[in-house]
Amino acid sequence: MLLKKVKIRLSILLTLSVLSVLAIFLLFKVLEDNVLYFYSPSEIKNSDDINLKKKIRIGGMVKKGSIQSNERDIKFIVTDLKNEIIVSYSGTVPALFAEGKGVVAEGNLKDKKFFIAKRILAKHDENYMPPEAKQSLNKDAK
Amino acid sequence: MIKYLNPSYVFKISGKLLNLFKTLLIPLVAIGLIFSLFLSPEDYIQGDSVRIMYIHVPSAWISLFGFAAISFFCILNFLFKLKNVTLIYKSLAPIGLTFNIVAIVTGSLWGQPTWGTWWAWDARLTSMLVLMFFYIAFIFSYKFIKSPDRSIKACTLISVLGLINIIIIKYSVEWWSTLHQPSSISLAKETTVHFSMLIPLGLMVFALFMYVAVIFLMKYRIETIRIKRKGFKKL
Repeated sequence: MLLKKVKIRLSILLTLSVLSVLAIFLLFKVLEDNVLYFYSPSEIKNSDDINLKKKIRIGGMVKKGSIQSNERDIKFIVTDLKNEIIVSYSGTVPALFAEGKGVVAEGNLKDKKFFIAKRILAKHDENYMPPEAKQSLNKDAK
Repeated sequence: MIKYLNPSYVFKISGKLLNLFKTLLIPLVAIGLIFSLFLSPEDYIQGDSVRIMYIHVPSAWISLFGFAAISFFCILNFLFKLKNVTLIYKSLAPIGLTFNIVAIVTGSLWGQPTWGTWWAWDARLTSMLVLMFFYIAFIFSYKFIKSPDRSIKACTLISVLGLINIIIIKYSVEWWSTLHQPSSISLAKETTVHFSMLIPLGLMVFALFMYVAVIFLMKYRIETIRIKRKGFKKL
């Protein structure tokens, strides 16, 4: 009967789906940290084993008023509003790099509070608006 | 009900639909492009590169919906052995793949001026690349596997894995830290795209989906003609 065949195929499909979900879940469990593109300052603070030689990425917001630059390098603070890391970098920063904006730094940790970046990426948030709308938002905030 | 599944009836109706969509397409694309290239404002921080979004977002949506659709029809075929639907997913898969590539390329072009890099191995970008490989595998499995029975099985396996990947793409920006920003438009929360930018985006979504419909119907009709010539049994 046709119906019986459909039932068999349906059970094959369901088994396949459950197995696939399980397999992919386990795969991501194994990969765990590798799936994260960057760590937040809090994650760095709470982690026990920090490899100073390994290249990692940290990310968060550039703290307002924290950018200090001279002709050789630029220093700023990455914050997730709970913990902070000082980042030192020499090179050009992307156009969107600014105080109060998202940033991802690639490089090595010196210790849990100090990071030497080899590369800086700007992280854009999900907000899109024309300059006038931004100005009126700023006015409201004040 | 039987009447609507009859290939020659579908052929006739699809012809009428195709003509309608074709007449709508050009004005829609023109209006969409005028809005997205000239009438919409610059972004307060990205400047003109925000306009890339008007192609990038619809393309990404099309590639996601496209894969969901071909998986649905493939599983339908696997369960009920509906030969007619093979035509639907064979016609849709190459379009989905094309828009997947468009989404990746436009994203890369946007990433360079905004992030400062063309590519990042973060969860969102990587899972979109994986989707592209699923599309390719799907197309290969119906193009190069001769036995229809085995080809359906292969397609079903890819569909199931691909659908899980679609869910991963959707939630990648929430589950893990990524360079890619979280979604601006979602059913779960308020949209974070300003109204003046939502209009061109909406128009481009509409125009590009119409384009997909036109290409799909053309391809579907060509496949139908091809099968009529060869005889329906060889499907």
